[in-house]
Amino acid sequence: MPHPVIFDRKLLRARRARAGGRDPATFLIERAADDLAGRLSAILRKFDIAADLGTPTDAVRVALAGSVGAIVAVDPVVAHLKGARLAVAADEEALPFRDGSLDLVVSALALQFVNDLPGTLIQIRRALRPDGLLLAAMIGGDSLTELREAFAQAEAEVDGCVSPRVAPFADLRDIGALLQRAGFALPVTDVDRVTVRYASPLALMHDLRSMGAANALTERRRAPLRRATLRRLIEIYAERFSDPDGRVRATFEIVWLSGWAPHESQQKPLAPGSAKTRLADALRTREIPAGEKAGN
Amino acid sequence: MNITDRPAVSIDPKLLEILVCPLTKSTLEYDAGKQELISRGAKLAYPIRDGIPIMLPEEARRLD
Repeated sequence: MPHPVIFDRKLLRARRARAGGRDPATFLIERAADDLAGRLSAILRKFDIAADLGTPTDAVRVALAGSVGAIVAVDPVVAHLKGARLAVAADEEALPFRDGSLDLVVSALALQFVNDLPGTLIQIRRALRPDGLLLAAMIGGDSLTELREAFAQAEAEVDGCVSPRVAPFADLRDIGALLQRAGFALPVTDVDRVTVRYASPLALMHDLRSMGAANALTERRRAPLRRATLRRLIEIYAERFSDPDGRVRATFEIVWLSGWAPHESQQKPLAPGSAKTRLADALRTREIPAGEKAGN
Repeated sequence: MNITDRPAVSIDPKLLEILVCPLTKSTLEYDAGKQELISRGAKLAYPIRDGIPIMLPEEARRLD
């Protein structure tokens, strides 16, 4: 089944290339990179060769230097690969890695722009050696709900119609299911919720643009945002999502995903019916046979 | 005197080991002279620029 084309990847690449030249708003990336290094240090394993998929800065490579043998930087924008000792220009949706060639795949805040996340996850799993690890952070869940809501309201009032302005983000549970579908063992997902306070909604939008994350939706309205709509958006945002000191809130949810390429050494659930102890005994309770409803 | 066409930065052998064609996932041929990675299956030659393999089909040279 063809997947829906949500993001205009060509435009996105141009945006990412442009963002690289400016002073990027990197606090979220740095937070994710530090977190990634922390999570990895808890895993007592040596990783010889890793790929860093699309992390917009060198933050992950810097954070992992020393703990990982070699890190291949992967990004569709060649300019982003400067300074990396090992680098490959490639699209996250079409990975150029041999089956079973990597020990570790890491990524910070890049996978949210992938159209075909299931396809990318399958490619990552195949590129990993047995017992290889994927550890990635992506923007997801309820990120930017404030901006989404304010945009919809402002457009409805001023233009009389609503167009997609804020990207759809993958839900935590969906990502967990995708990991499983892609064949990862021991899949784990969790959320790091970050509230960022900005001087104004414009400062938030400036930050998003400098992250290369301005609207790249295929279905986006091609006409530029009207000044009246923008003015109303700022009013609505400030009315609904500001703190007493006048600063406005923006929610980011960094969704963490991890999973292992299957290997026989990993823990697995026992076969159904193979239990040697009754659950009721362990819980010190009376066993209620199937068919009989508890509480009746 | 430098008489060879050897590029200033050549591709790391580690990369040659792990790279395949992103479209067909098949093995690539390394053309050291032209600094290209050739995918016979996809009929594409991926350029290597400053030691960085550009594994993007739209940047590759079509082979006939």
